[in-house]
Amino acid sequence: MKSKFTLLLIVVMALSAFTGIGVAQDGDTVNILFWQAASHLNPYLGNGTKEFEAAALVLEPLARYDPDGVMVPWLVDEIPTVANGGVADDLTSITWTLSEGIVWSDGSPLTAHDVKFSGDFCMDPDTGCTVLSQFANVDSIEAVDDLTVRINFDAPKPFPYGAFVGYFTPIIQKAQFEDCIGAAALGCNEQNFAPIGTGPFVVDDFRTNDVVTYTANPNYRDMEQPAFDRAVFKGGGDAESAARAVLETGEADYAWNLQISPAVLNAMEAAGQGTVIVAFATNVERLIMNHTNPDPALGEDTRSVWMADDSNGHPFLQVPAVWQAMSKAIDRSVIAGQLYGAGGTPTCNVLPGPPIYASPNNDDCLAQDVAAANAMLDEAGIVDSDGDGIREYEGIPLKVSYQTSTNAVRQNTQALIKQWWSEIGIETELRNIDAAVFFGGDIASPDTYSKFYTDIEMYTNGSNGTDPEAYMGNWHTSEIVGPQNNWNGSNIPRWYNEAYDALLAQMAQTAVLEERAALAIEMNDMLVQNGVMIPLVYRGSVSAHHNSINGVAMNAWDSELWNIAEWTRS
Amino acid sequence: MGKYTIRRLLTAIPTILVISFIIFAVVDLSPSDPTGNLPLTIPPEVRQKIREALGADDPFAVKYVKWLQQFFIAEPLNFLESTLGISLPGSEDRVRVISWATRGPVIDIIAERLPQTLWVVGSSYFLGVLIAVPVGVYSAYRQYSIFDQVGTFAMMVGFSVPTFFTGLMFIVIFSVNLKWFPSVYDTTLVVTDIESLQQQLRQMFMPVTVLTLYTTAQMSRYTRASTLDNLQQDYIRTARSKGLTERTVVTRHAVRNSLIPVVTLIALQIPGIFAGALITEQIFRVNGIGQYLIIAIQGGDLPTVQTVTFIFAVLVVVFNIVADVLYGILDPRVTYS
Repeated sequence: MKSKFTLLLIVVMALSAFTGIGVAQDGDTVNILFWQAASHLNPYLGNGTKEFEAAALVLEPLARYDPDGVMVPWLVDEIPTVANGGVADDLTSITWTLSEGIVWSDGSPLTAHDVKFSGDFCMDPDTGCTVLSQFANVDSIEAVDDLTVRINFDAPKPFPYGAFVGYFTPIIQKAQFEDCIGAAALGCNEQNFAPIGTGPFVVDDFRTNDVVTYTANPNYRDMEQPAFDRAVFKGGGDAESAARAVLETGEADYAWNLQISPAVLNAMEAAGQGTVIVAFATNVERLIMNHTNPDPALGEDTRSVWMADDSNGHPFLQVPAVWQAMSKAIDRSVIAGQLYGAGGTPTCNVLPGPPIYASPNNDDCLAQDVAAANAMLDEAGIVDSDGDGIREYEGIPLKVSYQTSTNAVRQNTQALIKQWWSEIGIETELRNIDAAVFFGGDIASPDTYSKFYTDIEMYTNGSNGTDPEAYMGNWHTSEIVGPQNNWNGSNIPRWYNEAYDALLAQMAQTAVLEERAALAIEMNDMLVQNGVMIPLVYRGSVSAHHNSINGVAMNAWDSELWNIAEWTRS
Repeated sequence: MGKYTIRRLLTAIPTILVISFIIFAVVDLSPSDPTGNLPLTIPPEVRQKIREALGADDPFAVKYVKWLQQFFIAEPLNFLESTLGISLPGSEDRVRVISWATRGPVIDIIAERLPQTLWVVGSSYFLGVLIAVPVGVYSAYRQYSIFDQVGTFAMMVGFSVPTFFTGLMFIVIFSVNLKWFPSVYDTTLVVTDIESLQQQLRQMFMPVTVLTLYTTAQMSRYTRASTLDNLQQDYIRTARSKGLTERTVVTRHAVRNSLIPVVTLIALQIPGIFAGALITEQIFRVNGIGQYLIIAIQGGDLPTVQTVTFIFAVLVVVFNIVADVLYGILDPRVTYS
């Protein structure tokens, strides 16, 4: 038995030596590799990019963003605006008109009722919709006729393109999901695993957290597209081996999110089989400065809790010389270049994109200057008076605790920053916490990013889409995290500024793009110039495609696979 | 013997219940959150709604009783229905164990993944035993010979070099440089003809070899030690003095007795086959049970972690009983009363 088996193996080995690997050579299948596998294909219940991307081959929104962040009509003929009458003059409604003749992959026509249903599906409180924020302020959605759908807002909405634009909120088929709305969504795995869509591909076979197989949609509106008969969306593994499968072995055509050591990635790309592609949206890795006192000696009601009378402020982090020196001591280009590679570039802004929203006013932080940082502290009288190498501010030694999630790049960043801060007489204690705990919402856990029981913490955040209003709203006073809202809030630094709140209110009334941009820049500058956060690295998405694939247009504003219908193989 | 087995099986029931409670408590009390890995752009109120929709915020006791009901009543009934093709009353309202991450029944996903885990881990285990036993016996028989020295060295390497290293090395050699074997395991492949069989064996080669190396190392050390013990026994000398051939002495007397502890070891490790190989599955994208468990743990998917670990626990308990019973059959000196 044993000898037979070994013999068989030897034979197979010998045979395969001659035939080679035959996967990527198959011209009819496009092989996409995501090292995080899709759990299902319903974006409204999506746990992360993997579900949104895997569904993007099948489901489509009314409009998409192109790689420059500009909206392009997708299932409609034009983008509604105030100018063309699609958006009401009082900004309280938007009316979309579907293009004629679009059909689902089962042959039935796409109607306004499907659009209305998709919105209702997400807005049902029992559905547990993860993209509910895209429907903020939506009061109701009505199907005016078969091709016209109107979204009514409960207040003037200067940027009404949250719902049904981009890959977070595509249209699902009413006929298919009718019985899955609300609490029933939990058990509808048949529908969630194989949604019917209008996109270039149809789900053929779905294996949870493993692989999705698609075939070309015979009813796709462009008869020539897609150029592939099949698509395979394989998940699992890790980023490094995904990169290898595209760049070195050629087993896959496209690999997503290759956050790996720049040296390794460059070496793989040098093999000449594939190309690394990058796109930047708004993600910024930043340090959050605690504006309250995280002293462990304080009780649960006071530790890292903001008091309206400002009686629980941080002992020294808000002293301008301190945080300015801390920022000045950091060499962002080393962090970006050595740790993020192609996927990162130094930044001094909390809101670095799209270009019209990027502030030009903070670039002096880009150059590291330890001497200047030291001088700044000396000048402010913050010196090391007891000779232990650590400066004191009013008798309090500058010792900070600094936490982030567990991840090799983040721990390396921590180590670098600790070193630089030690050069300006600030001692740093490092902590790292498993991501599921750190970003988790367990209010009993002292280790979450929202509890913020340290002086400084680090993570990435960014605007969800091109419009920054919701993102800038994160630092409104009402969002300050604390026991009053069960640590549910987005103002993690616990920063309070009336002028900032006023600017936000003003933005909510402003519809003209240029004016909105000016307001966003002003708010960004307030955040940065008040030491609320210290931006470090503008993070892009890094992917790679095999050189035989043409037409890939890396997109940070929408699905990376947004134009897969146009991909071809040479 | 039969009585003993029945008694053991009966006492296993409370054990299993206690285990299920402990696992549930540990998983539930751990500070992880099913919405923890969602993008930060999702506001806390939305997260709260998701948790409510999933039932993640229910009190501990409610969640546990729900799970017990789903696992011990709903799932077996559902299994009955689907195997017999009948429909029992109330099947519409029956709630199965639903994963929070995939929102599909956990058992279905396990069933979907079991084939690749059994193929890869099972065959490596099988192969490992086939190689390890002869190697271990021969090493013991020719102790300190070149074969033994080389074997010991190779086994030490196999035992101490972690699979994530050997796996990576294999990929670099066989996939990147030689291009013989695929580094991405295709779970959708169905073996229908010679060509697909060849493809299946090719994609199995690397993960199976990596795992076999490890299993063989462990098992052959055990066989060697056990055989060494037995070769020094009096009955071996007796056998030789009776004039039996060396071959008979070794295979019929020494090996048979040496294999008693080895067989129990094999039985005890069988649950491990179902558990999959966490790291190897991850490296080669085999996406079996092990990889599923990892994803579930990272995603705070309590029903999945609970169900998968509990099934392992049951298998461990069952195979412990099997090992004990086997011991009684193989070794006449052991009697159960």
